[in-house]
Formats: sequence, C-alpha cells, structure tokens
Amino acid sequence: MIYREAGDFKTSYRDDSQTFPIRLDRWGYYAILAVAFGIIPFVINDYWANAVLVPFLIYAIAALGLNILTGYAGQVSLGTGGFMAVGAYAVYKLMTAFPDISILIHILLAGGVTAVVGVLFGLPSLRIKGFYLAVATLAAQFFLIWLFNKVPWFYNYSASGQITAPERTVLGHAVTGPATSAPAKYLVCLVMAFLLAWLARNLTRGMLGRKWMAIRDMDIAAEIIGVDPLRAKLSAFAVSSFFIGIAGALLFAVYLGAAEAGEAFGINKSFLVLFMIIIGGLGSIFGSFAGAAFMVLMPVLLKNLLVGTLGWPTDLAAHIELMIVGGLIVAFLIVEPHGLARLWRLTKEKLRLWPFPH
Amino acid sequence: MMQAHEGYVTDDGRQIGGTVMELKNITLRFGGVVAIKDISFDIRQGEIRAIIGPNGAGKSSMLNVISGFYHPQEGEVWFKGYRRGPMKPYQVARLGIARTFQNIALFDGMSVLDNIMTGRLNKMKAGFLSQAMWWSTAEREENENREAVEKIIDFLEIQNIRKTPVGRLPYGLKKRVELARALAAEPQLLLLDEPMAGMNVEEKEDMSRFILDVNDEFGTTICLIEHDMGVVMDLSDRVVVMDYGRKIGDGTPDQVRNNQDVIDAYLGVAHD
Repeated sequence: MIYREAGDFKTSYRDDSQTFPIRLDRWGYYAILAVAFGIIPFVINDYWANAVLVPFLIYAIAALGLNILTGYAGQVSLGTGGFMAVGAYAVYKLMTAFPDISILIHILLAGGVTAVVGVLFGLPSLRIKGFYLAVATLAAQFFLIWLFNKVPWFYNYSASGQITAPERTVLGHAVTGPATSAPAKYLVCLVMAFLLAWLARNLTRGMLGRKWMAIRDMDIAAEIIGVDPLRAKLSAFAVSSFFIGIAGALLFAVYLGAAEAGEAFGINKSFLVLFMIIIGGLGSIFGSFAGAAFMVLMPVLLKNLLVGTLGWPTDLAAHIELMIVGGLIVAFLIVEPHGLARLWRLTKEKLRLWPFPH
Repeated sequence: MMQAHEGYVTDDGRQIGGTVMELKNITLRFGGVVAIKDISFDIRQGEIRAIIGPNGAGKSSMLNVISGFYHPQEGEVWFKGYRRGPMKPYQVARLGIARTFQNIALFDGMSVLDNIMTGRLNKMKAGFLSQAMWWSTAEREENENREAVEKIIDFLEIQNIRKTPVGRLPYGLKKRVELARALAAEPQLLLLDEPMAGMNVEEKEDMSRFILDVNDEFGTTICLIEHDMGVVMDLSDRVVVMDYGRKIGDGTPDQVRNNQDVIDAYLGVAHD
C-alpha cells in the first residue's frame, strides 16, 4: 500500500538512475542518516561503541572493499587481513613520523599505500583466475604478516613487537589513544563509512563499475567490446585495497589502540570479511553493510542470550557461539546463496504488491 | 572480381561505397591444422556481407581474425586504408569493430540496460575522480549515453525488459540484447556470428528485419555468418563461400547459387 512505485513517475534519466528510485526508500535512507548522525552520537555509551557500532562500521568498510573486488569484479581474495595490516602499519608509521598532520589525512594516505600494495599483489590476477588467484592472495596474506613481524622498522623497534596508537585529536577531541570518548570513535568511523559507501556507489553505478561487472560475468566478451582487462582488474584491486586499508587503519588506530600483526590481522580476518560479503550479498553495497551487521551482531546477541539470560559459563558459551555462527553460515548459504541483500530485495518486491498480491 | 573498386549499386538500389575492410591472403593455423588457407576478400562500405560454408569450414575462425581474436600466421588485414598489426581485442573494439557471438556472450548478472551501456564504454571519457564523486562530467556523460542507448532500445523493441537481469531472459531476446550492445558502440563494421542460430521461424524473421533496418537506418556495414541459406540469400549483398578453410566462391547470392564448386560443397562430392 505505502511501499510502491506506481504514481512515482520519472521524467529524466537522472531521476531514473538515482540510488533510491522509490520514494519510501529515499525517506528511509534519510531517516537512517538522521538517526546515525543526529541522535546516536549523543546517546552512545562505551559498551555500544566498542561492542557493536564501531566494529560494525569498520567491518562494513572492509566488506565494501572486498565486495568491490570479489562481488563486482569477480576476483576472489583471501588477503583481506594482510591488506588491513598494511593500512594499520601505514597509519602507524605516518602518525609517528608526522605527528603534526591531521590523523584523518593519515588514514586516507594509509588507504593510498594499501592501494599501491594491492595493485602489486593484484598483478597475478592478469594470468590466473578463481581458486588459483585465491591461493595467490593467500600468499600475500602470509607474506605481509610475516614482513610486519620480522622487520622491526615497521613497529618502530618497540620491545613488544606491537604497534600502539599515540593520541591524536580532530578539532580538539581525541580520536585515537586511550582517552578517546565513545562518540568521537563512533563519529570518525561513521563519517568514513558514509563517505566510502557513497564513493563505492558512484564507482559501481558508472562505467568503471560496468567494466568490473563485465570482467566478472564474462571476461572474453568484456575484452571484445573494449574493456582493457589489465586496467579493469588492477583498478578493482586498487579501489578495493584503498577501502580495506582504511578499515585496517581505523581498526588499529581508533578501535583497538594497539595491535600485533599476526593476532589482529591474521587469516581469520580474511575469512571473517569474506563471510560478511557472502552472507550480505556479493555485488551489493547494502549487502556489505548487512553482512557486517550480521557477523558483528550475531556473536553479541548469542553471548547476551547464553550468558546473560540462560546463565551458562562464559567459556562454554564462547564455544557454542562459534558452532552456532558456523551453523548459521552454512544454513544461510543453502537457503539463500545470494545473501541478505537478495532477501531484502525479495521482501521489497512482495511489499510492492502488499496487501493485494493479485 | 565483378565490381569496380569505387563501389556499386545493389538490386534494391542502395549505393555501396568503397572498401572498409580488406583481407589479403589470410592463412591461420592451429599447430598442424590449417583452419584458413590463403583467403582474400573485401567488405565494402554499407553492404551486408555473408560468410557461409558447411560445418568446420573456418567461418568462425575468419570472423575471429577480423575481430582481432585470432592472429593469422600469414596475410594482411587492412581496415579503413590502414594495415592492422597484431592487436588486442579491446584495441580492435576501439577502431570501431563490434561483434556478437554464436553462443551468446552477455553479462548475466547485469540488467539489459547496463549490458547495452557497456557497449558505449569507448564513448565515455569521464575520469576516475569524476566518476567517484559523480561530478558533472560523469553524470552528464551517463545521461547523454543513456539517451543514445534508449534509442537503440526503442529500435529493437525491448523497452519492457530494460531493467530485467539478462540471465532471466529467453534465448531470442538475449540475441536481441546482444545485437543492441554491439549497436550501442556505433560500429563502422558489425560482425554477427550466427545471429539466427537456434531460433524459430518467427524469431528469425524478426532478426532479419532488425539486421536490414540497422543497415538501412544507420548505414552500418555488416558481415555475418549464417547457416540458414534462405536467410543468407535474402539478406546479403555479397557472399563468401568457404569449405575446408578455402574460399570456393565469392559474389552476389545469384552468382554463388549457380557456382558449381559451391553446389558440390553443399550437396557433397568426393574430394580428391
């Protein structure tokens, strides 16, 4: 009844190709933005920031990045953790080497550094595809972690081998270091996630996105109609790594505060982000957010339910939680292999006719 | 060769121009197998040129040579007065040669509209930053090209499916979308690899009408491969006949129809 496109006429191609062509969608989007920017920063506490919202936003950025590479351009990558580590170590070196420059610029530069590294490791994609490329990126994952552990220059010769984020401020508020308040953490991540999601949407709706999808769907045909596979694939690696590098920089500097390469950015991270985009939906901006929300929220919910409500011992709950999350992933893949984004789309299609389906 | 070099007038009164593409003594080998043996022919501005022949005659290989997918070991490919060196397929596309495939090569995950828009990628020049920010150039270009694509959508009568994912379409419509994508590039030479394979009579008639209309309205030069003899003889201005990688006939449909070698190849005569 309310959710419909009938009567919502478009008179220009510009209107027709906008991100939310249906009026109710558009209002919903503005409402979410208003709540995210206007209400949450004033009511957020440490628990919500650290357990839910900040990791959700950071992983959403990483998922966006991987989704550009895997979901849009069709190049499978298991190197996400390694690329996040590049972002984290880049921002650490920049923060300590140039303390006077704004941390926001450092975070963007860290994304740039990761983009260069990503292009380097993306070069094999010109020759190899599918599982073989996945193994090549797996090599990148292990090599990068090894590098950050073995070369003391990367962690400034600290005794523990860890990197620790010094305090940096934006407009007088600390955004890194132990004194950071929950709203500051949240706002930095929110602004980054919002800008990058907008960027991802613009890139994927235009010709670059079409080139990526053409390469994904049928690379030979793409080449015949004029897509240069070298530039298309490498640009996907660059953009994807830029996003993932920023996610890594935020995870280290804003969220964790201190990190050790193997622990914080191991192969587990690569799989976590991969699960996010598979569950959320490959080739979908919304899916990246949905998948990140699912993978961040599910453990928190289960923990609250098992430990908080049922009173189980914490260690038992932790193991059960792993099993349940794993089971859910498998169930999800069987029931809806196209992810939450597809479920959402189906719901919307049903809603268009509701309550008169005939 | 029957026609003068500066072109000729067809039976139905269309003026055919000079040579667009010329193939000189093309030989293509795969290891020890000779797929094409010393073939020469030309394609003229504005004509519909057909390549026919029995199965395995080397027709598709010939089309792949023209579209730059295969590089012949011997011979020269001349396009618009310049000799074409070995090129990558995407470079050939930039020269203004578009093609369709025998077994449809569309992008299944994308909508019909996006598929056809990919055909215009050589027309769109907006830089990376402009696209990322969706600044004026990117948006203006997108809308201008959308307009051009909508004209082709109207022309091929596929308005109602423009937002449908291609994977969900039936076979006949997919063929039409593929033609639309090739047309979107505004090619100087359009290569059609069996545009009517696997279609029923009605779909074939539709496709024939579209091919003639494309040639008529846009003046596009077309080179096509087709098995249906009736269709080929009706559509094309000149026909090249291939058999076992050699050229056995070249001329108007009537000339080819009465060529003894061609009759032998199709009706079957012991080769010696």
